[in-house]
Amino acid sequence: MSDHKKTIGASPEQLLYAKILEKGMFFGLGLMVITFTIYMTGIMKPAIPVEQISNYWKMPVSAKAGHGAKDAHAAAKEATAPMAATATPGVPVAAAPEAAAQPAKDEHADKPKPAYLDSINKEFLHLEKPPTGWAWVNLINYADFLNFIPVAMLAGVTILCYAAIVPGLFRRKDKAYAIMAIAEVAILVLAASNLLTVGGH
Amino acid sequence: MNNFSRRTGVAGLLLGGLALLTPALALAEEAAAAAPVSTTAWWVWPLSLFVVTFFMGIIAVLGGVGGGVLYVPIIGGFFPFHLDFVRGTGLLVALAGSLAAGPGLLKANLASLRMAVPVALIASTMAIAGAMVGLALPTNVVQICLGVTILGIVVIMFTAKKSDFPDVQKPDNLSSALGICGIYHEPSSKKDINWQIHRTIPGLLTFIVIGFMAGMFGLGAGWANVPVLNLMMGAPLKISVATSKFLLSITDTSAAWIYMNKGALIPMIVVPSLVGIMLGSFIGVRLLKVAKPSMIRWMVIGILLFAGLKALDKGLGTKLLGS
Repeated sequence: MSDHKKTIGASPEQLLYAKILEKGMFFGLGLMVITFTIYMTGIMKPAIPVEQISNYWKMPVSAKAGHGAKDAHAAAKEATAPMAATATPGVPVAAAPEAAAQPAKDEHADKPKPAYLDSINKEFLHLEKPPTGWAWVNLINYADFLNFIPVAMLAGVTILCYAAIVPGLFRRKDKAYAIMAIAEVAILVLAASNLLTVGGH
Repeated sequence: MNNFSRRTGVAGLLLGGLALLTPALALAEEAAAAAPVSTTAWWVWPLSLFVVTFFMGIIAVLGGVGGGVLYVPIIGGFFPFHLDFVRGTGLLVALAGSLAAGPGLLKANLASLRMAVPVALIASTMAIAGAMVGLALPTNVVQICLGVTILGIVVIMFTAKKSDFPDVQKPDNLSSALGICGIYHEPSSKKDINWQIHRTIPGLLTFIVIGFMAGMFGLGAGWANVPVLNLMMGAPLKISVATSKFLLSITDTSAAWIYMNKGALIPMIVVPSLVGIMLGSFIGVRLLKVAKPSMIRWMVIGILLFAGLKALDKGLGTKLLGS
């Protein structure tokens, strides 16, 4: 049975959690405003020119199975042959995503949709492989990737909060919650680590 | 008269917001469908996002929903961004809202860390699984599932009852063992309310599904957390709402990392959305004192109904509701 006693005020662990969460939140948001200002004002050069980013955000982040939403090409092909079941990591076209309104041509019907990471890597980054996981850390000299720092901070502050309350929980002999807090830290660190990947890159 | 002027002002602001929101959304959709190479000036998109999410933040607070549940269907339906980026940003939007509100709610002992920890352990694990599955599935499948889920949320919002103080005669063994209970001061009755919960195991099992869906669709999970905590497990409504809001900071963090590691974040989408919705929420909290929440809630239900149908329409490729 837990020794937890009901009090009208928050427990010491709850207050500690709140304090770290608040500081982390303000710091992350403040940093986000700064890095985005740097990005928008052109103080640092971005990897993808701001006027071209809108050509890429219509693409899926990476190649997937299937062709996504039906487009004119798939609709035309459907009448004559079965659709290809899987997409292969395509060689991205150097311009822009295909318009759904364009008339279909049979020779284009099986062309996989260009993917965002492949496209920006080919056009702008020229890395050995597209930047996934923590690869953005090597790209913080670019203004757009600099913005990943505050995002990572906001996503990571919860890990700090949980880690901070573990010693107090053990001190109060609240072993069940201490173990749950450690387990949560492990899960969040695993999520952040990029060890969990599904297909793609 | 003072009250009447304030209410008129609020109504005017909201109508003005809707008036701005509707053409902004229409312009966004039209520009998106216009040409294969975008001819719209690049700054239009972050500015439109900021404006739309600002009003979304106000409406979300007044309508009693999280930012995520509005963000993904509306931005996904009307802006030209691929659903992968919309979902990743939706999780960050819900996360940011939770980070903003969480500390205050924890300090006031309205959000219960003891209730949140075991729930979050399950929900965050499943959110990771949901995010991974969602990023692997074809987009049209996700659109269809999203549409169905949004319509399900509309039904829940339409039909779900709320219980300010559920009658929990006796806590169950698990909640007793974990010490999931508490006291909070209720200002309306000027009383200290003792609370405890029951049906802990069924509640925890329900969070398996909730966590999975939160990760898959990037919706945040407040729409599901509150009914489960309040109606199933018996926590008072205020405790349920506050704990749900705080819970999102843990559930959505785990899924957001998956999207981030996959590269599904574009700063020009993320930052204006986060800033817009947080500023809007800030204003919304102030307007809450004078606005009529029930009217806003109906508006939110209407918006979500249209957005859900739009997602289904996109996923099925029927294009009955535009491109």
